[in-house]
Amino acid sequence: MTTQVQTVQSAVGNQVHPTSRSLWGDAFLRLKRDRIALLCISILVLYALVALLCQFGWIASPWDRVVGSAYQPPNFASIDLILGTDLFGRSVFYKVLHGTRIAMSVGLMSSLLSIPVGVFLGSVAGYFGGWVDDLVVWFYTTVSSIPNIMLLIAVTFVLGKGLTAMYVALGVTAWVGLARVMRGEFIKHKSRDYVVAAESIGAGHVARIFRHILPNVSHFVIINISIQFVSAIKSEVILSFLGLGVQGQPSWGVMIDDAKLELSRGVWWQLAGASLAMFFVVLAFNLLGDSLRDALDPKMKH
Amino acid sequence: MLVYVVRKLLSTIPTLLGVALIVFILFDMVGGDPTYQMLGRHANAQQIQEVRHEYGFDQPQPIQFLHYLKQIVTFDYGRSYATRQPISQMIMEGVGPSLSLMIPAFLITTILSVSIGLMVAYFRGRAIDRIVVILCVFGMSLPMLAYILFGQYFFAFKLGWFPISGYESAWPDRLEFILMPMIIFVIVSLGYDVRFYRTAILEETTQDYVRTARAKGLSEPVVFFRHVLKNSMVPILTNVVIEIPMLILGAFLLESFFGIPGLGSITIDAVHNSDFPVIKAMTTLVAFLYVLGNLTTDILYTLVDPRVSLK
Repeated sequence: MTTQVQTVQSAVGNQVHPTSRSLWGDAFLRLKRDRIALLCISILVLYALVALLCQFGWIASPWDRVVGSAYQPPNFASIDLILGTDLFGRSVFYKVLHGTRIAMSVGLMSSLLSIPVGVFLGSVAGYFGGWVDDLVVWFYTTVSSIPNIMLLIAVTFVLGKGLTAMYVALGVTAWVGLARVMRGEFIKHKSRDYVVAAESIGAGHVARIFRHILPNVSHFVIINISIQFVSAIKSEVILSFLGLGVQGQPSWGVMIDDAKLELSRGVWWQLAGASLAMFFVVLAFNLLGDSLRDALDPKMKH
Repeated sequence: MLVYVVRKLLSTIPTLLGVALIVFILFDMVGGDPTYQMLGRHANAQQIQEVRHEYGFDQPQPIQFLHYLKQIVTFDYGRSYATRQPISQMIMEGVGPSLSLMIPAFLITTILSVSIGLMVAYFRGRAIDRIVVILCVFGMSLPMLAYILFGQYFFAFKLGWFPISGYESAWPDRLEFILMPMIIFVIVSLGYDVRFYRTAILEETTQDYVRTARAKGLSEPVVFFRHVLKNSMVPILTNVVIEIPMLILGAFLLESFFGIPGLGSITIDAVHNSDFPVIKAMTTLVAFLYVLGNLTTDILYTLVDPRVSLK
């Protein structure tokens, strides 16, 4: 019986909208057709895999093993020496792999910290308006008035150096952009018919915000993640250069910082390794962000 | 107009107070008492007392906050821990070098990227457009530090075209030292800027007035360079504000790499020396300048776009 009803419903649905698909289903199909997006996703999966394998110590472990003499140039004879060695004779390739772990964790943790804050503040501001809106807008205007790099420096400086301080610093500075977008979307959506309909069947504020409106604007969160990863990875480099970042572990930032003393000796491979590793992941996020925006933006359809 | 400016000016007060509050909470409440850090392990009780009194750490926190507000208004941030110099004097000395690097760098970047943006928007969809967009995305994906390091290594160290680092305050000589950081800043910023202006200009070309201009028989260059360019001033101004944090970051890294004694170098030195009051003063100052920059753009909008209402 139930199946019958469903069949009838879908048949009716098909008659009205012969090609009706959900936003996500449609976006998925567009992405599948987009070769660049697929390539970017593969690159990102590869980076995530390397990060996980390093985390569990299955590859490039231990990273600080001495594999040759100091500053040995790149040599394709052995996988350890493929990017040469650093001052202490450690493999630059292993350090690049471990840097991947730091970069991915910085992007992930700062997203995990900033997304709930940005989504919550942005949605309540847009939904309720009035003094709640004024307060949230005042708050994010204030936070965004302190240029990002100064706020990052201030927070890491105050919390003490290291990875945790960096996660928090990136998290507390990153929610502003998402909150701004969410607020705008909630203002647009809150008076739409489907929300009014939800209200008329008795949905409360919480249900309307989280069950009805949020799923319709959640693609902005996905787009935001790709932006957030890029800014987190770039910020890690700056903070490590300032000596406020990762301590006692290899990261791309620490490697680029080391390179400033090595270049005058003609040692370019540490800088090249870290920069290239960073280049590909940031490029992948940048291009994927564009593809996601095109795939998920209803304005771009057809 | 004057009423509008005054109202805008008043509307920045809550933001400025908010900035002061956040900076105060960060440095004075979360950061804790830096006295021990300053004096080291061998300080005696009397020394600690003296330093705490000098910097006002023995006062209740609301009083400390008022004291900080007074510092901002009177532009007297006390003395640096590291150099014992008055901070306001350090800042005044750093402004000149910073501005002589960043203002030309910023102007060149903006003029160049608006021109390239217009050009590729004009040739939209053709090979040159695609190539420029790809180059932009590639350029955006490298960290600024890599540009600086490779630039310094290649152009100064290998080719010897520029001094590796240093500074000279007398004028024609100064140019030799700021030229290379300037060029690096322009190259770093081009990727993002060109892409931004291209998109903004393309969005402008879908407007009705462009269709009208074409319909009445204006040639495509006239449509672009007379009508579209003028109307693109709004997104261009918006981007100028977006760029301010980028400028600050650029000043930080470029000044410290090329040994230019500007505000960026002062801040980086302060970070390395754990010089609390200097970092606090710089954070406050930069945030206030940013708010003022925003305000200026809001006022400029009314000049370039008559649709902006003065209500």
